[in-house]
Amino acid sequence: MNHWLIAPVVVPAFVAPLIVLAMRHDLVLQRVVSVAATVAQLAIALALMALAAGGEIHVYRLGNWAAPFGIVLMLDRLAALMLVLTAVLALVVQLYAVGSGWDRKGWHFHALWQFQLMGINGAFLTGDAFNLFVFFEVLLIASYGLMIHGGGEMRLRAGVQYVIYNLAGSTLFLAALGTIYAATGTLNMADLAVKVAQLPADDTALLRVGAVLLMLVFAVKAALVPLHFWLPATYARAPGPVAALFAIMTKVGVYAIIRFFTLVFPSDSAVERLAADILLPAALATLVIGQIGVLGSRHLGRVAAFAALASVGTLMIGVAQFRQPGLIAAIWYLIHSTLAAGALFLIVDLIGARRAGGSLWLRPLPPIAQGGIVAALFFAAAIGVAGLPPLSGFLGKLAIMQATRQADWVLLIWAVILVTSLLAIYGLSRAGSTVFWKAHELGPAPVPQAASRDSRRPLPAKVEPDEDVQDLADSASPALALTAAGALVAGMVALTVFGGPVMDYSRATARQLVDPAPYVDAVLMRQEGAR
Amino acid sequence: MELLIAIAIGSLTAAGVYLVLRKRSFAVVLGMTMLSYAINLFLVVTGRLVIDRPPILQGGAASYTDPLPQALVLTAIVISFGMTALVVMMALGAFLEGGDDRIDMPRRDLTGADRKPPGGTARPGHRPEGGA
Repeated sequence: MNHWLIAPVVVPAFVAPLIVLAMRHDLVLQRVVSVAATVAQLAIALALMALAAGGEIHVYRLGNWAAPFGIVLMLDRLAALMLVLTAVLALVVQLYAVGSGWDRKGWHFHALWQFQLMGINGAFLTGDAFNLFVFFEVLLIASYGLMIHGGGEMRLRAGVQYVIYNLAGSTLFLAALGTIYAATGTLNMADLAVKVAQLPADDTALLRVGAVLLMLVFAVKAALVPLHFWLPATYARAPGPVAALFAIMTKVGVYAIIRFFTLVFPSDSAVERLAADILLPAALATLVIGQIGVLGSRHLGRVAAFAALASVGTLMIGVAQFRQPGLIAAIWYLIHSTLAAGALFLIVDLIGARRAGGSLWLRPLPPIAQGGIVAALFFAAAIGVAGLPPLSGFLGKLAIMQATRQADWVLLIWAVILVTSLLAIYGLSRAGSTVFWKAHELGPAPVPQAASRDSRRPLPAKVEPDEDVQDLADSASPALALTAAGALVAGMVALTVFGGPVMDYSRATARQLVDPAPYVDAVLMRQEGAR
Repeated sequence: MELLIAIAIGSLTAAGVYLVLRKRSFAVVLGMTMLSYAINLFLVVTGRLVIDRPPILQGGAASYTDPLPQALVLTAIVISFGMTALVVMMALGAFLEGGDDRIDMPRRDLTGADRKPPGGTARPGHRPEGGA
């Protein structure tokens, strides 16, 4: 038993209370410890990825309890990939939060950040359905705190909606787990796979109800239409770095759908066909509504939020195939869309920090400071989000279209993907030209304010509840913020350049996912006293 | 017994769903509480209804009740209690900042009038003293 498997949960679980209890009043110490903890998580995630790349499924039995009775953590290629992705995104976005000064707009930013990472890492690692619920709650409760970080009326209102929507989702999750437990008598995922396969075919009514409820819950987390209503206001009103971290939160829902509907409900069963039949139309509707939202939004935050929504739609088209080619494409696109959505949210926040009054509304305002470099970043991120060559979004969309070539609805799927890409290009270029070009009609750029401030002066926690964004004058290090946003764009470039190795990894991951037998073997058979 | 439990879960859920769909945050919080009570009852029942039997190994016991749902429901109760406390605090924050406790976003969220309209809390079609 490899104890490193629990480290991605234990490290933030220790660091977060430490920050709250021991260094509440020392922001510099908080920053150092929190960034160091995220770096440590990245290192651990990379080590675990190297471990999982061998193809073996590693199991960690908490308290060394035997499998269906105790909670297990499972590490496979998909879980390792998600851990690495989370750690990379979290590190870059955290550096942005430090550089832009967001982390001192309210209290406990870094502690909540670590709790959030603990929940996300745990959700990716766990092999127990009820434990998945618990980790969902951990990540949600931290996200509630992060979402309303900095306060302000509209942010709190959006936060209340977000909390209530997700509380209803959690209630549904419990109902789904109860139903599945009543039907099978177990909640361990590998054991569920065995029990579900043993159920007589005409006795699956209760199980099907449970499976559909479960899919609804994950669809709420992934923000699939028609369960997406929490997303636009939440992401548009959340602080920029928090919205960027939330780019991985919708992927938790996607991950859970992939996990359950490849491992627990085996392929070609009635349950999986039912899931695929519901999921594909929902994915197409998500894509259409997301891109129409990009086109129709009058607020830059909402443009980014709807772009994130649309990327979930594209991703789910791949997942809904539940076949190896679809999963390969989906895993690739998952990496891309996380980086792209994160980059877009950070760049929107960069723009907000530089515009007068922090306004993100799509109205011409005087040109912004460092307009050239911010515009270039926005342009690159928009290319990535819309899926144009040469960035990785193009390859992802191409892979998904190729994977659906054999599908029944191939013409509809291709038409939706291509037409909505056009909508996204139009919407994003309209937003970009309003912010960057029409600005010049209004006169010359104001003198940048950040340069005049003495950077050695200690910064007081500045709380301006009426202001949506942290403006440039509050920024601790504008260069760090710009670099962090650029790093995510560079990540998309790297994903394109190293497309071959990443695609090989995705292929190996999908191959591992479609065969549930090794999971059952690793969790249930290879332990003391197994049959 | 089954009928009684089923009616209890059903009526709690119905009341909860009705209240969650209301416009004021107080009613919505009450509705969430009702829903979580209904789910907690439901979780207990998923281990089948067994009366007066021990949940853990005991000498001389002929049959047992399922202990797992009881452990699950304990976790669920703790989590839903914490979440309710949190949503009350957030709703209170939104009420103090915004001046009313409506759940829906004001129109300013979409139109971009940056500041709230002068004259405090009143909105068209909104009775300040009205019920939940």
